[in-house]
Amino acid sequence: MRLSKAWLIALRDFKVFRQQKNIWYSIVVFPVIISVLFPAILEFAGQRSRGLLTVANLPNLLDSFSFFIVIGAAFIPLGIASYSIVGEKIEKSLEPLLATPLTDGEILLGKAIAALLPALVVMYAGAAVFMVGVDAVTFGKLGYNYFPNWTFAFLLLVLVPLAVTMSVLYSVIVSSRANDVRSANSYSILIFLPLLAIYFASEIRIITLDMNGFLIIAGILSAVDVALYFIGTKVFQREEILTKWK
Amino acid sequence: MTILIETENLTKKFGELTAVDNVTLQVNDGEIFGFLGPNGAGKTTTMRMLCCLISKTSGNARIDGYEIGNKKDSLKIRKIIGLVPDNVGLSEHLTAYDNLDFYGKIYDCTDAQRKENIKHILDMLGLWDKRNVLAGKFSKGMKQKLAVARALIHEPQILFMDEPTANLDPEAAKTVRDFILELKKEKKTIFLNTHNLDEAQRICDKIGILNTKLHAIGTPKDLEQKVRGRQTIISLEQVNKKILDALKKLTLKNITTDGNKVIFDVADPDKENWAAVEAIVLAGGHVNLVNVVGSTLEDVYLKLVRESE
Repeated sequence: MRLSKAWLIALRDFKVFRQQKNIWYSIVVFPVIISVLFPAILEFAGQRSRGLLTVANLPNLLDSFSFFIVIGAAFIPLGIASYSIVGEKIEKSLEPLLATPLTDGEILLGKAIAALLPALVVMYAGAAVFMVGVDAVTFGKLGYNYFPNWTFAFLLLVLVPLAVTMSVLYSVIVSSRANDVRSANSYSILIFLPLLAIYFASEIRIITLDMNGFLIIAGILSAVDVALYFIGTKVFQREEILTKWK
Repeated sequence: MTILIETENLTKKFGELTAVDNVTLQVNDGEIFGFLGPNGAGKTTTMRMLCCLISKTSGNARIDGYEIGNKKDSLKIRKIIGLVPDNVGLSEHLTAYDNLDFYGKIYDCTDAQRKENIKHILDMLGLWDKRNVLAGKFSKGMKQKLAVARALIHEPQILFMDEPTANLDPEAAKTVRDFILELKKEKKTIFLNTHNLDEAQRICDKIGILNTKLHAIGTPKDLEQKVRGRQTIISLEQVNKKILDALKKLTLKNITTDGNKVIFDVADPDKENWAAVEAIVLAGGHVNLVNVVGSTLEDVYLKLVRESE
């Protein structure tokens, strides 16, 4: 596996993405919502109902909010990866690429990097703004900056990459069966619904989104990633692409 | 002469369906080999096997001595070949230059090599002025030319072209054909899938007629002669029974008449036509014109394809 070759594919895809406004929207929307909307909600809620945000319940609420960064991380690559593979299917540009001395793994890795990297960059940038915004809004109440902390660091450094990887691999599998970007996206949405369910489960206190909860989620995501990796690499093979992909 | 492409009983099955059945052929260095066949004959499947894109079911094939189906050799094969697929498959959101530059990098061409090759090929194809235009904005013909350029960026030994002139207007098709002939002058070995008989006849050194099985292989001239032989048409002032009886005593085959013309098949026109004219004159006939007609590649193709169906 030559990383340099995978990087070439990723660079080419970045060039293609630059021309695609739809991809830009799908990359930017979620981090903007998280980084601007959540601090604004906290500020608004704090002003309207002083009893709602107490020193006791604020940390739990902030941990729950921060889980939206994981949901966003799973959401962003869906559009990129679907376009990256289904777009090539539509343009029929995979066959000449497959006829080069690249291995299937190098092509897959290149495609994965192209979807993974922008998602990580924008989510980390969004997380930085989120931290600053939330700290600014909650400092008065808590008397200290809640972020950064170890739980949030774990979320950013472990859960976010695992969620992005899951999303990319799932998109590869879905793209092999989809004929256009829209249908690939609609199938892809299914992957972040379980994460959304986790958030709502925390809201009704079935689970707690603290370090222990994050550790369990990390374990599940790792297992899912491994399973998706094996399916994805089976699906993304030259003969499979040329003879079985729709 | 070095054999660059060689197959022995190459077969591909998709489940119960046999797409390519025991194909055996050889293509020499510097030759243009035309693979003729109707849609669904297995031309693309054969090409994909030879380009190591799909696996073979049985048989053997070697490209410049490397075995297809061997994982290590597959990468080596893909290094020395260029493929122009039936769908051009360009990155439409990249410029012509960027499309070629990307492939140059994939094949490890140096910066200088890439610049030189891109300029050289785009100049030859008349696309240099359009190098900074997005490929998606190109006409069909220009896209096809760019796909050919892409396949040549790393100076491959062998070029595989799958229906390169299909769906092109006559002018664009001619440009592509002329370019193929230019490549022939550069001693490139070309494996060309086509169902354009005229194209095959004009540019190919050797032709294989495929309809799942390989039904014939040879030079266009060989095929025309081998499959149907030749016909002689002798125009006379008048055809009568005495003349026909005289001709029947010779070794001629399938003697027929059409007005004042006598038509028959000949294997060796130089000997048999002379004998026929002599017999006609001795029978009191008066010969106006002797015409030797070979069967065309189209005749051969249609005959073989119909027989195979």
